[in-house]
Amino acid sequence: MSVNFLISQAKNIQKVINENASEIEALDQNIGDGDHIFNIQRGLKLVIELEGTIKDLPLAKALNMIAMKVLSGIGGSSGALFGTFFISMAKSPDLDKDIEFRKACEMIINGIQAMKERGKADVGEKTMMDVLIPVSVKLNEIKNNNSEIKQGLSEIIKIAEDRMLSTKDMLATKGRASFLGERAKGHIDPGARSSQLIIDTICKFIINQ
Amino acid sequence: MKKFINKADDFLKESLNGFGKAHGDIIQVSLDPTFVSRKNKKKEGKVSLISGGGSGHEPMHGGFVGYGMLDAACPGFVFSAPAPDQMQAAAEHVDSGAGVLFIVKNYSGDIMNFQMGAEMYSGTNDSIITNDDVAVEDSTFTTGRRGVAATVLVEKIVGSLAEDGGSLEECKKLGEKVNKNAGTMGVAFTSCTVPAAGKPTFDIGDDEMEFGVGIHGEPGRKREKIKPSKTIVGNILDAILDNLKPENNEKILLFVNGMGGTPLTELYLVYDDAFQILKSKGVEVTRSLVGNYCTSLEMQGASITLLKCDEKIIKNWDAPVHTAAMRWGM
Repeated sequence: MSVNFLISQAKNIQKVINENASEIEALDQNIGDGDHIFNIQRGLKLVIELEGTIKDLPLAKALNMIAMKVLSGIGGSSGALFGTFFISMAKSPDLDKDIEFRKACEMIINGIQAMKERGKADVGEKTMMDVLIPVSVKLNEIKNNNSEIKQGLSEIIKIAEDRMLSTKDMLATKGRASFLGERAKGHIDPGARSSQLIIDTICKFIINQ
Repeated sequence: MKKFINKADDFLKESLNGFGKAHGDIIQVSLDPTFVSRKNKKKEGKVSLISGGGSGHEPMHGGFVGYGMLDAACPGFVFSAPAPDQMQAAAEHVDSGAGVLFIVKNYSGDIMNFQMGAEMYSGTNDSIITNDDVAVEDSTFTTGRRGVAATVLVEKIVGSLAEDGGSLEECKKLGEKVNKNAGTMGVAFTSCTVPAAGKPTFDIGDDEMEFGVGIHGEPGRKREKIKPSKTIVGNILDAILDNLKPENNEKILLFVNGMGGTPLTELYLVYDDAFQILKSKGVEVTRSLVGNYCTSLEMQGASITLLKCDEKIIKNWDAPVHTAAMRWGM
């Protein structure tokens, strides 16, 4: 993991999110209030705009600047949660050393744990955590078992997709959709969808490298 | 979409600039991070009240910054919670040493961002969370009820206590009491359109209404055919009274709030219906508020809030206030 990698991933993700923007917006209008897609798009734009400022900085400093930008520039639940993710990443030890795959897994796992604590949400509550937590569990497995990386990432793509789809029939107990009761059923959670797209994009990039 | 707009991206900034210029005698607008604060110098030893939330509910909250109400307000993008650095900057700007009380409406995004703001602020602070919307069932397993129009009443009543020298603990206690004593329910006839989205948040037929709608156009209890005002108001009051269970002859404040697109003429008609129904049920209306205070952009509709009042609440309600959107007694 490097600053370059982060910026190029942000650009890839921006492309995929923009391609799927109307779907995510429609999902949010069904069960939320329609702000999610704009927050995600604004966040990606802000991070990509940082390129000139952070591209030659050490990773810890760059992550910190990304965290502050995400936290202050997005707002809404997404800003707080993704901001928390990057703050946790920036606090990882030994960022001045080479970040190999296992170390990157650990940073992501800790980041997702921090999001879980901030949002006080677990799996089964119809939020982005329904995708992120199982992905984090699988990453931990790959890391500990020294599994073949590309095979593991293919499995993660599948897990993220299955878990995203599973939010469709859930009742929401957290977030804006929780106010709807039974009426939230039948709609995929927009945060789960955008998170799945982000994971899908990064995994495919690494697999195709 | 038909709106007064130049560029969707500049919508909030330009609106805040206008607000700052129009009410420059009462407030000032700071940008980056964005917050509205009182123009006048802070009063030593006074607890500072800070609220905030997504924009699109004007005059809430910026319109309530001023003497007898808030010290600062942090507006997020339309219908999107503000970011933590806004709350931190506002707190640093207004705290006179007696502590900061954050008034937060119960939405996941607001709760998380205010919590982070409170963690980033080094001074003494505490928070109250408003959740007055009776349209949503409360449950320990869910986010719970939404915070809506009663937030205005909390800000006014606690604002007065803070002005009179109430401590952080006393302010929090009174705010929680007002929130607990209040119940709100809203009805929408039309949707609203978020500028960045450019199209209505939800579809609704010409002859339909959303009963129990949220202030972001979130669905409520049910979609129904429009009925005469008396029937709608009766149904709203039944839902609130069922929840608040006032004693016989208990005094209440009756607050009829417009969602942004309903004229005052209609709001007063709603008030008349509500007054008569309450009277027939042995509930005494002791104070009133009618107008657009907690809106949902251009949505047509209204909410009714009932607040059970004791002497302390009435005294603080009647006390002088001077903000852009609410002014009496001075």
